[in-house]
This record gives sequence, C-alpha cells and structure tokens, in this order.
Amino acid sequence: MTAGERKSLLMGVAFISPWILGFLAFNLYPLLASVWYSLCDYSVLSQPVFLGTQNYVDLWRDPVFWKALQNTVVFAAVAIPLSTFLSIGLAVLLNQPIAGQGIYRTIFFLPSLVPAISLAILWQWMLNGPMGLVNNLIRPILDFLNLWLHTQLKTPDWLNDPNFALWGLILTGLWGTGQAVVIYLAGLQDVPAELYEAAELDGTSAWQRFIHITLPMLSPVIFFNVLMSIIGALQTFAVPYILTNGGDGPGRSLLFLATYIYQNAFDYWNMGYASALALCLFLLIIGLSLITVRYGERKVHYSGK
Amino acid sequence: MKFLLTLASLLRFFGLLGLLSLASCTPKEDARISGRLVLEYWEKWTGFEREAMAGVVDDFNNSQDKIFVRFLSVSRIDQKMMLATAGGVPPDIVGLWAINLPSYAENNALMPLDYLAKDAGIRQEDYLPVFWKLCSYRNFLWALPSTPSVTALHWNKKMFREAGLDPEQPPRTIAELETFNAKLTRKNADGSLAQIGHMPQEPGWWMHDFPSWFGGASWDGATKLLLDAQPNRHFFTWLESYPKRFGGGAMFELRGGFGNFASPDNPFFNGKVAMIMQGVWMNNFIKKYAPTGFEYGAAAFPEETEHPEAPLTIAETDILVIPAGARHPKEAMQFIAFVAQQKNTEKLCLGQHKISPLRQVSDEFMNHHSHPYLKVFQSLANSSRAQPTLSLPTFKQYANDMITYVNLVLLGRMGADEARVTMLARQQKALDAKVDRWNKVAPVRVALWEKEIHP
Repeated sequence: MTAGERKSLLMGVAFISPWILGFLAFNLYPLLASVWYSLCDYSVLSQPVFLGTQNYVDLWRDPVFWKALQNTVVFAAVAIPLSTFLSIGLAVLLNQPIAGQGIYRTIFFLPSLVPAISLAILWQWMLNGPMGLVNNLIRPILDFLNLWLHTQLKTPDWLNDPNFALWGLILTGLWGTGQAVVIYLAGLQDVPAELYEAAELDGTSAWQRFIHITLPMLSPVIFFNVLMSIIGALQTFAVPYILTNGGDGPGRSLLFLATYIYQNAFDYWNMGYASALALCLFLLIIGLSLITVRYGERKVHYSGK
Repeated sequence: MKFLLTLASLLRFFGLLGLLSLASCTPKEDARISGRLVLEYWEKWTGFEREAMAGVVDDFNNSQDKIFVRFLSVSRIDQKMMLATAGGVPPDIVGLWAINLPSYAENNALMPLDYLAKDAGIRQEDYLPVFWKLCSYRNFLWALPSTPSVTALHWNKKMFREAGLDPEQPPRTIAELETFNAKLTRKNADGSLAQIGHMPQEPGWWMHDFPSWFGGASWDGATKLLLDAQPNRHFFTWLESYPKRFGGGAMFELRGGFGNFASPDNPFFNGKVAMIMQGVWMNNFIKKYAPTGFEYGAAAFPEETEHPEAPLTIAETDILVIPAGARHPKEAMQFIAFVAQQKNTEKLCLGQHKISPLRQVSDEFMNHHSHPYLKVFQSLANSSRAQPTLSLPTFKQYANDMITYVNLVLLGRMGADEARVTMLARQQKALDAKVDRWNKVAPVRVALWEKEIHP
C-alpha cells in the first residue's frame, strides 16, 4: 500500500466512521448483547443471572408465544398477498392514460403519508361496531342478503370480537398500499412499449399481455416489495398496539410477536425472555427472507440479464 | 507491516473517539439556579392534576432559598424512570403509582425512605393505615402517598327511577346487585342489549382485586396465588353467569358502541350502564362530560356478604419516590416532607378533587371540596376493611392475564374453571420465577437497604 493509498484509506474510514461507530454501538452490540441476555434472567436494573437455555425452554412451552407467533404468521400470510394483488391492480389502473391521472395517483398515495399512530386512532373509529364507517358500508349489503336469503347476518364487531379483530387489522393495513403502488407504477414505466406493440400485432388479449409481459417485467419490483412486506409484516407493532390501547386484543387475537417482546421487556421487566423472543423473531425474518430470495428469484425476470 | 500500521492508526482514531465519548459521560456538576440546588421532579400528571402539584412546587420553591424543584410532566413515567435509573441518571423525585412498588423495590430501583422519612419528622400514625401499607413492601418504606383514591359503586339515579328502583338505595350484596341488574337491563326488539344494569368489564380496571368482594384475595402475600381458593372460584363462577344471562356476544356488541372514557359517550353518562365501580376521580369526569342534571350516587361496592359496620374498598395511591442512585436524597426528602404537611397535602388533593391520605382532615378541606360524596369516600378509606390494591411483584403480567381470561369467560368462549386453572398455572410459574430470583438476591439487597436506613 502506497502512502497515497494509505492516506485515502484513512480518509475514507474517517468519513465512514460515524456510521461504523453507530452500527457497532446501536446495531451490533445490542444484537450480541441480546444473545447473551437471552441466556439470562435479566430485569435491566439488576445484574443478569445466567440461566442457560431456560428462556428458550420456557418459550417453547409458552402458549402465549405460540398464539403471538400464529397471529404474526397468519397476518403476514393474508395481508401480504392481499396488499400485493391490490397494489398491482391499482398501479395498472393508475397507469392507464386517462384524464386526471396525476390526481388519482395522488389520492391513492395520500393515505400512506398518515403516521401509524394517527392511522390506528382513525381506524379505531372506522372499525367501531355500531357506529363505524366500515359497518355502515356493509350494513345495507347484509340487510339485503338477510331479506332475500332469510339469514340473520350481523355486522362484525371488528375490534371486540376475537374472530374478526385480525381481519380488522388486515383491512387497516390496506390503507397504506399507496407506497407500494408508487413503486409498481415506477416499474410499469420501465416496461418497453415495443413489447406490447409486438404482442398486439400477434393478436393477444389485454389479459394475455398482462400475464405474459407486464407481470414478468414487473417481477423484480414485485420481488422487492414482497420481501420488504414480509420483513415489515413480521415486525408489526404500532397499529395493533394503538388499536388495542396497549393490550392484546380480545382473546389475544391482536397479540403479535413484536408486542409480546415489548410487553416482556418494558412492562414485565423480563428482558432476558424478551431477548429470547426477539432472537426467535430475528431468525424467523432471516429464514423467511432467505426462502423468499432462494425460491422467489427463480421466478424473477431481470431484463438486463 | 503496512496493514498493521494502518490498523494501528485506525485503533488510535477509534480510541480517541472513545475517550471523547467517555469524557462526555463523566458526572456533571450539580445544577444550580441563582446558587440554589436544582432537583429534578418527574410526574405523570397533566392538565388540572399537574396544575395542582405545580402550585405546591411553587410554594416549596418560595418557602426557602436553598433548593429549587424543577417540575416536569413525563408520559409513561414508569418505563422512563426504569430506563433513567438503569442508565445511572435518575431524577431526584418521581411520582409513580403504588402498584409499581414491588417490582421496583425488588429490582433495587428505589431508595428505602425509612430513615429519611423519620429524620424529616414523618410518622406512620399521621396516615390512614391503608395508604401507609401501600407505600411499604418487604418491611421497608419506599414512598409517601401524594393523592390517593378508593373505589366505590357509582349508580345512575335516573335509570334507577325508570326501572322502578329507589334511587337512594344502592344494592348491598352481590345477589342484590344482580337483582337490580335484571331490572335495569333493557333489550331491543332484535334481542340485542339497549342498556345493562352492570357488566364486570365496564370499566374492568380492578379485575385483579375483585376476589376481595367475594371474601378473598389474589395471593397469600408471599409465594402462592390463591386462584384455587373458594372466593376466587365464586368470582369466576359469577363472571360465567353473565354470558348465560345476557349473552356474551350481546354484551360485547353493546360494549362496542361505548365511547371513550373521558367523553360524553362514556356509557355511564349516556345511560348504557347503570352501575359501575369507580374511584374518587370519577366526579371530575362527571362534571366535565356528563349531561346537565346528571344524577348519581356513590356507596361501598356490594360484597357477597354484607358488612355494613366496616365496608370493603380497594385503595390505591399515587406516590412520591426517590430513585436508587438519585444524587440528592436528603434534599429530595425535604421536598417530599413539605408535600406531606397537612396543608400542602390538602391543597394538592383539593386541586385534584381527591381524598386526603392523612388521618387528620381539616374542616376547610371538607367544606371547600367539590366532590358531593367526599364523606363517603373518606369514610371508606377510614374503614378497617379498606384494602390495598394487589401488591404483586408480577402485577402487570397478572393484571394483563386476568383481563384476557375474564374477557374470554364473559364472551362465553371459556368456562370459569378452565380460565382460572389456566391462569393459575401461567401466573404461579411467573411468580415462582420472581420469588426464586428474589431469594437469590435478598440477603445482599436487604443488607444494603438496612445500611441505607441506618446510616
């Protein structure tokens, strides 16, 4: 290494050092510390006491952990495909050359600017059983069905009924699809027009063009969005926490892994157990992300390749 | 070699940064304003409750020229105090809730006050026993009460009249409560509930204390939860009767339409629920949000077996503590002792419209207080059967689980016995872990505290 190279290296390291220090202090150290604490009984205020794998044994036998895990996985499994289909559909519609296109795009994007806390408070009212807007929309449909089918269908009490609370949250999540729509729209702009022209000359239908041109060309963007959504959905915390006023929801139907970690760490002072839970969540996210990358990439079509 | 030189330069660079950060962490000088020592006081209150304490803080600051108390409203104060204490930079005085005491004390987050309080002339006999008990844990004094409260039955007199009941005669036993409940409950044409006399989950804030009204307790005060005991069985069976009588879905459907507690849509104000358990503060919300001419009564909440000579109530209190590691405990105690003086305590409790924790209550306090049922609450607090709220080292877990299982029983999704047994297994295990941990650290902790209270 020449003196110039050495100087350049030092300069580079000096400039990047705030990030390196931040990473070491606020990412790597907490991660390594939480691995250690997950093997201890630790309440933050007292010295940790080594327990071995006891926290993991407890976690394995803890029905509340399994309930939180189930809620988290079900939420991710339903919300991600639903929001992906919805946002691709909206992006395709918003990509049509019609008058006021920009206005429509803005309207669909605006809700995603609402902060999570405001969103949760807003949806507390939207999902209110007797008075909520959602039920006011559903009620005439149910009344019609009840009249014709002689059924006794009732509007759900979204946030108080364990059978519906998770679905209420999924509905809430759809409010923020605007962000994904913008990314899909950007992806749609990149699809070469000549591909559509050639397909049209071959006499393909609009649906065939969507399946055989739009989706493959959009696949890198879909892949990116799905990967980000998996990571985001598994870390769901703020909206259900506010929707339930800091609780678990009826019958723990809105208890997610991230909420359970928070409760154990800051409400119950079981930081050791919370660290074990956090590591499980970390491994779950890593595992699902790797599976998505491993199998998802096979279906992704990169136009540059 | 060159690589090693580069590495050495890097290490020097990071070492310098490390030294700089260490230098910034060294203890600072005592903060002073015009030569007066500044004490940091964190409190949870906002609005008129904050204003009431702000007045007392001003009085203290004007009463002497050595100490200046800086008063700060802090949200989620229990968590922030924990983090500040763990970080070694706690404030000097903190306003917590008594339910925080067991877990904070066991984790060495607080300073025992026995010696400091005695030195400041504070005497146990000046306080109503239940509030002193709430400030003590494992034979040490950890706090002093600031503004206390006791629970009582609140009933809507108009709804009583409409149901043909005497509005001046509240139920005295649980059986009578349920007779009244049946009379006060109204259904819509489609079978849904239009209003209900009483539902345990409204507001449902004292589920962990409810076995007391069935003659029992939630734990033995040492190592064992009592969910298997007869009073707890009665409590859960009573809960189980609700979905059978009113329909679990119907009750939750009615509850889904309730507005926020602090709003005109509170179900007690708008005639959806006729009888509720509430604390002394409820009158503040009634004055602010209930419709004009709203008539209510307050009396001891009915028990399974009536004890008119000594009614039961559950007492809670906001408290003032000195965190472990606070830098000016003597000066902090000087402020707490000032708040504890009768005239200052009364000023604070008057401002917050609460009862006084002291045995001696002045005529001025009684005459100037705006609560129409102050005497009821003050005498409940004086009752020999006034009980402190559950003081459990695993309180939050226990209370959280209790809400979950009670709701499952009230929904009719889980039987009383299954809920009780499942909860007992979970919570006894959590308590065992805490007790086990405590047994390991107790000799060192207690020795340390003994040293602190006998300097």
